[in-house]
Amino acid sequence: MTALPEKTEKKLGLVIDLDTCVGCHGCVTACKGWNTQNYGAPLSDTDPYGADPGGTFLNRVFSYEAQAEGKAAQTVHMPRSCLHCDDAPCVTVCPTGASYKRSEDGIVLVNEDRCIGCGLCAWACPYGARELDREAGIMKKCTLCVDRIYNQNLPEEDRVPACVRTCPAGARHFGDLGDPDSDVSKLVANRGGFDLMPDLGTKPVNKYLPPRPKDTLDTAPLEVVADEPKGFLGWLDKALEKL
Amino acid sequence: MNKPEHLQIDTSPPVSDEVRKTTCYMCACRCGINVHMKDGQVAYIEGNRDHPVNRGVLCGKGSAGIMQHYAPSRLRAPLKRVGPRGSGEFEEISWDEALEIAAGWLAPLRETDPKRMAFFTGRDQSQSFTSWFAQAYGTPNYAAHGGFCSVNMAAAGIYTMGGAFWEFGQPDWDRTKLFMLFGVAEDHDSNPIKIGLGKLKERGARVIGVNPIRSGYNAIADDWVGITPGTDGLFILALVHELLRAGKVDLGYLSRYTNAGFVVNEEPNSPENGLFIRGENGKPQVICRETGKLSDYDTPGVMPDLAANYRHAGTTHRPVFQLLADRYLNDKYAPEAVADQTGIAAERIKSIAAELARVAFEEEIVLDQPWTDWKGQKHDKMIGRPVSFHAMRGISAHSNGFQTCRALHLLQILLGSVEVPGGFRFKPPYPKPPEAHPKPHAGVTPGQPLDGPHLGYPMGPEHLLLENDGTAKRIDKAFTWENPMSAHGLMHMVISNAHAGDPYKIDTLFMYMANMAWNSSMNSSEVMRMLTDTDEKGDYVIPHIIYSDAYSSEMVAYADLILPDTTYLERHDCISLLDRPICEADGAADAIRWPVVEPDRDVRGFQTVLIQLGSKLGLPGFVTDDGAPKFKDYADYLVNHERRPGVGPLAGWRGKDGEGRGRGEPNPAQIDKYIENGGFWVDHIPTEASFYKPWNKAYQEWAVARGIFDAEAPYVFNLYVEPMRKFQLAAEGHGDIQPPDHLRARIAETMDPLPIWYPPFEDANVDADAFPIHALTQRPMHMYHSWGSQNAWLRQITGKNFLYLPTDLWTEHGFEDGDYAVVTSAHGSITVPVAHHAALNPKTVWTWNAIGKRKGTWALDKAAPEATEAFLLNHLIHELQPPKGDGLRWANSDPVTGQAAWFDLRVKIAKSVPKPAESQPVHPSITSPVGKGPDVVARKIR
Amino acid sequence: MHPAPSVIIFTTLSGLGFGLFFWLGLGVPDVSGRTAFAFFFIAYALSCAGLLASTFHLGNKKNAIYALSQWRTSWLSREGIAAILTLFLFALVAVPRIFLGAEMAVSGAIGSVLALITVFTTSMIYTQLKTIPRWNQPLTPVLFLLHALGGGALLAGEAKIAGWLLLALTLALFAAWQIGDKRAQARGTTGDATGLAHLGKVRMLESGHTARNYVVDEMVYRVGRKHAEKLRWITLALAGALPAAILLLTSPGHMTAFLALALHLVGAVVGRWLFFAEAEHVVGLYHGK
Repeated sequence: MTALPEKTEKKLGLVIDLDTCVGCHGCVTACKGWNTQNYGAPLSDTDPYGADPGGTFLNRVFSYEAQAEGKAAQTVHMPRSCLHCDDAPCVTVCPTGASYKRSEDGIVLVNEDRCIGCGLCAWACPYGARELDREAGIMKKCTLCVDRIYNQNLPEEDRVPACVRTCPAGARHFGDLGDPDSDVSKLVANRGGFDLMPDLGTKPVNKYLPPRPKDTLDTAPLEVVADEPKGFLGWLDKALEKL
Repeated sequence: MNKPEHLQIDTSPPVSDEVRKTTCYMCACRCGINVHMKDGQVAYIEGNRDHPVNRGVLCGKGSAGIMQHYAPSRLRAPLKRVGPRGSGEFEEISWDEALEIAAGWLAPLRETDPKRMAFFTGRDQSQSFTSWFAQAYGTPNYAAHGGFCSVNMAAAGIYTMGGAFWEFGQPDWDRTKLFMLFGVAEDHDSNPIKIGLGKLKERGARVIGVNPIRSGYNAIADDWVGITPGTDGLFILALVHELLRAGKVDLGYLSRYTNAGFVVNEEPNSPENGLFIRGENGKPQVICRETGKLSDYDTPGVMPDLAANYRHAGTTHRPVFQLLADRYLNDKYAPEAVADQTGIAAERIKSIAAELARVAFEEEIVLDQPWTDWKGQKHDKMIGRPVSFHAMRGISAHSNGFQTCRALHLLQILLGSVEVPGGFRFKPPYPKPPEAHPKPHAGVTPGQPLDGPHLGYPMGPEHLLLENDGTAKRIDKAFTWENPMSAHGLMHMVISNAHAGDPYKIDTLFMYMANMAWNSSMNSSEVMRMLTDTDEKGDYVIPHIIYSDAYSSEMVAYADLILPDTTYLERHDCISLLDRPICEADGAADAIRWPVVEPDRDVRGFQTVLIQLGSKLGLPGFVTDDGAPKFKDYADYLVNHERRPGVGPLAGWRGKDGEGRGRGEPNPAQIDKYIENGGFWVDHIPTEASFYKPWNKAYQEWAVARGIFDAEAPYVFNLYVEPMRKFQLAAEGHGDIQPPDHLRARIAETMDPLPIWYPPFEDANVDADAFPIHALTQRPMHMYHSWGSQNAWLRQITGKNFLYLPTDLWTEHGFEDGDYAVVTSAHGSITVPVAHHAALNPKTVWTWNAIGKRKGTWALDKAAPEATEAFLLNHLIHELQPPKGDGLRWANSDPVTGQAAWFDLRVKIAKSVPKPAESQPVHPSITSPVGKGPDVVARKIR
Repeated sequence: MHPAPSVIIFTTLSGLGFGLFFWLGLGVPDVSGRTAFAFFFIAYALSCAGLLASTFHLGNKKNAIYALSQWRTSWLSREGIAAILTLFLFALVAVPRIFLGAEMAVSGAIGSVLALITVFTTSMIYTQLKTIPRWNQPLTPVLFLLHALGGGALLAGEAKIAGWLLLALTLALFAAWQIGDKRAQARGTTGDATGLAHLGKVRMLESGHTARNYVVDEMVYRVGRKHAEKLRWITLALAGALPAAILLLTSPGHMTAFLALALHLVGAVVGRWLFFAEAEHVVGLYHGK
């Protein structure tokens, strides 16, 4: 049933800190590795050593430049994957019921035994978060590592999405954004976390933390004690006396 | 029908059959990895949470390691060249035949003229072993890739303070409040820097990035200083100028822990001029603040008087600190004076200096941790200056790189921020001053081992490796007047010098893991020509080339004999304390690799092959007294080899009982213990030894106990590097060992014992107006040298590169997306795709390094974007400076260390009309020894 | 959006087929026997060929049976059901008409309504997508319906009706482009999409991967502005204006009807290609497009 649940018990999702992401692509390949071995069909690569390679990735890191008039341009790395929207348009458009949002934790998944690979969900998603696997003909998307976060075969500390576990800079945070007291919710509150394209009404669960203001250093110049060697020696003698 | 939102899915699937823990080799960072095995195959790789380097995290390369391991580019068996060099035509041979051929070339050379065998290893992580082989063989011609990487950084650090960045030390990430980062090659300390930056970000600490390019780490820097390439030293010395003028230097620290108080002989024309005044025991003298008398610098209770001077025989001799203040208070280092050249506004420089001072001195950290210094004095606290720095290739790969790196260490030391809480901290076996390192050796006796280690730290002209006629003993001319302190050798000069027969011809070039026929050489096209050039008899100028690589790289085609290496998951390795270990500031650590899977091809780990070759050649150390092989393979060597009694490649679980840490006799179960422990060993430094390591008694004792030193070796930092002055004195005509006349002026200028800045040589060598633009390369975080392109995942991320142009250049030339530019240096020209990058120094263009590939290599399609659109900047860079009309070959290197000056490059740019069909130059295709990879990869082990 | 041939063929042919069904359901033309067979055959052939073509678009046909299950939320599911119902119902109309000469007026009328509903559901698959502002406008269903009704009338041999409908289509196409251009413009900027607009002008530096990927291939496809402009005029002329003029200004005849049909078909295909090719998906903003 591709109707969205009226309410989910939890809103599991990611908080991605754009002030910390260095754009290393660690999350990209960790995701590719885990999800090739796990949930559903492997993430395939076509013409992998050829002239026109292509492949399925559930998470990709973009780089943007922003420049305000009269200021230095700044670079922002932005990892992009499924935002597990509360009002996920990708779910409601699905003709087969393959796309669904879990009522217990809000994760948006594709039931691969139902998917016909029509691609309509990808069209409905504003974020480019769904990719049709060319080899399997099935729609792939971030599962929030649903087969990690509850996995009893993993040590408890590893029960987080692969991208979060691997992120070297700690720019990715995982938790329940439906619980205002969770660490991730507090992070969002403290750092002004924002939604992508809120006007489209998708109500994303994942949040982005904006880059902190850049190039603000404005410390007043130091006071001069001596401008030439002789004066300096005088200052030095006094300063040594105080040691 | 179940409501899908209640669909039962298996959220607890089995993850793997088994986890095998080893060490990553997707770059030089050496993180711990958990290799998940399914059905005997590698299924998934993640970071090892217990590992001291990466604490569980893993970068884009590491997580893609599985695709490297299964790459179709892996060589399959030993190869013997059957076509002409460069064609890629080989036949597969057996290992017996391969070793027979190699020994057939090497054995006679050893008996007659061992120096005609040159053994250079590239991104080798087993240098303590490969150098041992070369030493046993007896050739002076050995080095790894440091000379074209970051030797300026390493050597400047060792000479100044007994260690530099990365393997030598790290910022105190947990406490530092202001972090300044200069040009960094991302694979140098990859994950630790990211983890550290994450910690700073979590605390909201300030990060200042100094880099012409605002990408990667600089993207998240709070303040970006888009400096003009090659001017970092000038910028740093302007900061020093500001700090000195304001008296914002840590005088107590300088007095106690540096040679600031050492009295310098200022008697003009004396052969001792500029050297320290020494006591009868040879110890440098300071002027005691209390008595005003000269005193040994290390006399307990003596505080040197930095403000005093010493008059003797009509000459006034001053302490180092006064010479230093004299120099940097000069207006030529004023922010206003350097603003234009550095591209940084004077106000900004002043503001940064003020912020450094504010954080260092007003946000001082005090730890209630008693400690005892080397003179026996007890201290009840540890005082920290929470500013820290990190730098790497960006500042070192210039012809002024050594002095620039020195300047940075000077700045750190003036702020009192080295080896203190919140500052910069050494990692064992560092700190280790230059005196404690070996001296270079090149004493050759046919049939015998070399007279000592190849590489080291010269303390004066007496340690140069020169023949009696003044020519170089080494093929790369390391440790000559051209680059006296070339501590890592000059791998980038080997092929060029061997081809030119300067200083002499060689017979066999033996290389490992160095893609010299492509991205690891300056002037790649010309290097290919040199490798294939023939003499008047039609023989190759370099008669024999042996090469070991795991993959079908460009260099493979240029060798006569290929010894195929394994992947990193199929081999034994050792990240040794004897070499470049993985220690952290809080502990000594080393690690192993072990075969988590056995090779499915006829390949052998290169180190094992060296063991076999060494045995076959009967090299001392490789065979027993009766000539039988001493070691079965590399693993056997790792366990049983002893460099000094009780000290071997691996420090953990030594001794019969496995209790030995650092010292102890070989333990047959040692490797098993490593495997059991996750592939590494760590031994934590006692808390009271955590800081002030060079002067901390507890640390010195711990280091001796662990076999890091054999005796305590406290020392002070060298603001003033006396050995450099010795070379200058020679240039001034003092002493018996004299430089050739054409080098006197350069040595006198560049071997200054106090940091200086001079423009990169290229600025003078070419017409800077005709070539107004600086061109740089940097390595993407997800690619390591040439390795990434054979990785099906990584090459999708970066399968082509663009030359990034700043806004002004972009608009001035009317470029649009999809355009190509002709980029011309004094040396050559390339035609390449361009893109716009606004966050860039306005005089700088750049591109990602080593994305371009030769057609037919790495098991890629000949039409792969790597071989059609992507490109190398290397074609624009010559290993020599342009001819000066003196008939001499001047290396395009730092004059102190010989480090390749990659980043000196200047170019001009024009729009390419019409667009070329492919990036230029195009090199003919090589026959692939491994064919092409499969059409689809979807590898799920069920 | 990537103008996939399967989808272009599907929407064009099935639209024509269901348009013809609409007229046949109303008894226009009023035929029976062999003639009726011919007309129904054409209607079935077109709609079924279209539906068949649409399955080529599917990555995983074996699950196709489930595609009818989500009619409560999914326009695609509704379309499938409506199409099947229509085809089924018209079997009940066609067989008696062909073999028995029965009029089947009531079920025919119901069938006509169903045929229109089918076309409407098809149009709503596109119209519903907020991610493609150009499609997400009231004229999209109007266009689909006018295509079906006009093309259907043309096939049904109702020259004058077809002429007026195609004239209406001409106007609707023109209006839809004007509205679509405005809506596409209002899509925003890369700065808006990334939430970084407050930092200044935002542009993409690197798209994460230099290799191709599904999202770019499928949704960041963009036809050049000048090219699109040219194709719009061609569409307007061939699909609407010219056949309308021929049908309204010349006396009815097989040759003129055939010419009008041919022109319309070519125009409809070009227009449908353009419908996809110039549709700007908001995800393009992340790619700086």
